[in-house]
Amino acid sequence: MFAPFMVNAWVMASIVAVIAGVVGFFVVLRGAAFVADAVPQGAFAGATGASLLGINTLLGLGLFALAGSLGIGWLSRRARRDVATALILVMMLGLGALFLSFTVEYSSEIFSLLFGEVLGVSTTEILPVVILGAVCVLAVLLLFRPLLMTSLAPESSAAAGISNGRMELVFLVIVALATSLTLPVVGALLIFSLMIGPPAAARSLTARPLAAMGLSVVLAVLTVWVAIAASFETNWPVGFFVGVGGAVCYAAGRLLAWLRTSRN
Amino acid sequence: MPRAGHSLERPWNDSLERPGDAAMSSLLRLLFAPGFFASSPVHVALAVGGIAALVSGVVGTFTVLRGQSYSGHALADLSVTGGSASFLASISPLWGFAGTGVIAASIMEMIGIRQPRGRDLATGIVRGAGLGVAALFLYWDTTSTSTTGATVTILFGSMFTVGSSAIPLVLAFGLPALAIIAILYRPLLLSSVSADVAAARGVRVRLTGLACLIAIALAVSLAAVTVGAILSTALLVGPAAIALRLTSTPGRATVTAAVIAVASTWIGVVLAYDSFTWPPSHDGWPVSFFIVALIFLGFLAAQLTGRLRRVGG
Repeated sequence: MFAPFMVNAWVMASIVAVIAGVVGFFVVLRGAAFVADAVPQGAFAGATGASLLGINTLLGLGLFALAGSLGIGWLSRRARRDVATALILVMMLGLGALFLSFTVEYSSEIFSLLFGEVLGVSTTEILPVVILGAVCVLAVLLLFRPLLMTSLAPESSAAAGISNGRMELVFLVIVALATSLTLPVVGALLIFSLMIGPPAAARSLTARPLAAMGLSVVLAVLTVWVAIAASFETNWPVGFFVGVGGAVCYAAGRLLAWLRTSRN
Repeated sequence: MPRAGHSLERPWNDSLERPGDAAMSSLLRLLFAPGFFASSPVHVALAVGGIAALVSGVVGTFTVLRGQSYSGHALADLSVTGGSASFLASISPLWGFAGTGVIAASIMEMIGIRQPRGRDLATGIVRGAGLGVAALFLYWDTTSTSTTGATVTILFGSMFTVGSSAIPLVLAFGLPALAIIAILYRPLLLSSVSADVAAARGVRVRLTGLACLIAIALAVSLAAVTVGAILSTALLVGPAAIALRLTSTPGRATVTAAVIAVASTWIGVVLAYDSFTWPPSHDGWPVSFFIVALIFLGFLAAQLTGRLRRVGG
């Protein structure tokens, strides 16, 4: 399990989990589960487009994730947010279906993009993820206070001179960045389990923001480690363990919180 | 094996002879590629797709009114789990799709929290777990039968590979969904507008919500089988959002949404059939792309006209 060819997998997955834990905290806080769900799936369409044109998959992912996020931000000023998100998502997926119909060889690559492929990570792939991931986490930490204020009390943050619209945009860009980094590892359909399961559990365990974020990172990393180990032992897809692990985190968090309130 | 997007496999290409009548106007020939009306897969696609679109349009109006677009999308994705399970058990995918949809709807309503924020979170958690299980089933599917096409078929659906034998099944799932909406029309409307008022008038809000969610599950699993799990969201949310923007009463919106859904599906089928001669592959563009693009453009247009009207009035 800790053979040399597995080292990259462990390193990559841990980085991804840290990013997901940090960004996911705000996803849960802002009630943006649908957005965090839609952006990765839309970005998946970008990856298929990139493979069609023969350009870097990470670039395709990034471009589509960004376009999707900004599209959602733009359209939800005009329509209900859930409707805007749903429609942007399906449009990107429609494009993905179109790109797929133009390419010939895709099945295994598509499967890995949808459900994750952690075991085949090469050393050259790690460096860009480390750099961009650091940017992502740093951005969240630098903007921690305004992000927190606009999430919890939009009215008073507007009074304090923080633009809610601008912070929403910043948040969407951060989600897009986090998405394109984590997608190739855990897959388009399951990033989002990692982004909401552990943070939701952390939130139900502690009310203090920084502690919750830390806990969310710890839980995310644990989930991923368990998932890789289990996947290595059983040969089943990592995505299965991540998806179920996210739900288990959430259920355990809710249970503990419920036990604590019922004891008092 | 049907492949993604290549929904237009070519079973009817043999019947691609031109209806010899010179009387057929060139305009018609421009709109409908030769053989369109003679092709039985097209008939089935029009029938099955039409029913699915009709049901989605009607149910979708309430989905959008109640702000449950995300639940609708998640249910569509979750029915993937059922679809992949039914591949494993080799029963008709429609049973797997619809069965899982109804179960997932019940779980969501059970752990559902009243405010939209909590509800989105609960929806997301259920969806994540369901997709994890789907990944496992698909992995077993692909390792046991070595047909990687199964993944893609389940996810993207293939309207042109649905046999005519599916029509009774499609009706069997579509009619209950419509019946739920018809029977619960007033209480649903009331509880969508204000849960408190509805409760005060003796409406059982939770039960109504569950029934609505089951109707949504049936509608999306129906659409999932025909246009694909992922794109069924488009038929559910798009036409309803357009209709609610263009009309002023819920009744009119429901009818308009159904009409828009059916129209965009049929036009999509026509365009997909025409696209056989288009570059780059001469293999046809995916029908789901056309349907989604039509709906998306319609939505943008409706937003724009709505704004103009507001500015003008």
